[in-house]
Amino acid sequence: MSHSGEHGHSGAHPSNRTYVLVALVLAVITGVEVMIFYLEALRPVIVPILLVLSTSKFILVASFFMHLKYDSRVLRGLFAGPLLMAAAIILALMALYGMFTAGVA
Amino acid sequence: MDMHPTTTGVPNRKVLMWTFIGSECMLFGTLIASYLAYRGRSVVGPYPEELVNIPFITVTTFVLLMSSLAMVLALSAVQRGDRRGTIIWLAATAVLGLIFLGGQYLEFSHFVHEGLGLSRNLFSATFYLLTGTHGAHVLIGVIWLSSLLGMELRGNLGAEKAEIVEVAGLYWHFVDVVWIVLFTVIYLLV
Repeated sequence: MSHSGEHGHSGAHPSNRTYVLVALVLAVITGVEVMIFYLEALRPVIVPILLVLSTSKFILVASFFMHLKYDSRVLRGLFAGPLLMAAAIILALMALYGMFTAGVA
Repeated sequence: MDMHPTTTGVPNRKVLMWTFIGSECMLFGTLIASYLAYRGRSVVGPYPEELVNIPFITVTTFVLLMSSLAMVLALSAVQRGDRRGTIIWLAATAVLGLIFLGGQYLEFSHFVHEGLGLSRNLFSATFYLLTGTHGAHVLIGVIWLSSLLGMELRGNLGAEKAEIVEVAGLYWHFVDVVWIVLFTVIYLLV
């Protein structure tokens, strides 16, 4: 049985300074995303760039604000399992509707 | 409170909330899949590229991101037994959530005014379903946070009950991460 210090309140959580730093990084990434949206030169590669940036924000919030980085692996599994299934559903439905074939937006 | 040992080594409330969040991943996954499957297939306008206001949505996105910061600061305050800090940050989180909802109301009103009713085209049906479901989650979060704020104002929420604030925070941050995905999928990849 794992005792990772989460009983009662919670285990070791980040400091307020870390929280503010993470929020600043999230704000900067959002700004970069919007800037990329307006850059015509990046249009051909906008999808992979935005997916990487969006995933980075997702991981930052889940790791630091939701404390997954510090909490039990049980909780990480409870999140990652359904998340992967949801991603698989999205990809499967997109494939089913021909979203990966040329000529379909 | 859940102070006794559990078989997972994790408080039951947190396991419950993470299980719920897992099921919510599936829910939003199917809604996002539906939106993407019908993306670009509307045969009548108005089309998303004619309606979407990126600067406005960026502001509301920023507001929701900052509400997550306020939420973790509320948790930090309640864990320290800082009543004033808990009240301030819980109230800030709820207010930022309400501002986000106000922004969503303005956006929906604008879209409807431009002729994008609920069943106008495939974009409207999937867009309102997806963002409306997310908005309903934000509203539930605001009500939840307000109830915690009421508990703290009555002196019924202290460091010994920090876990219930943490669980509410998990829900709130999940609503935030869903919006991170929606902001990219709906607005930036329009």
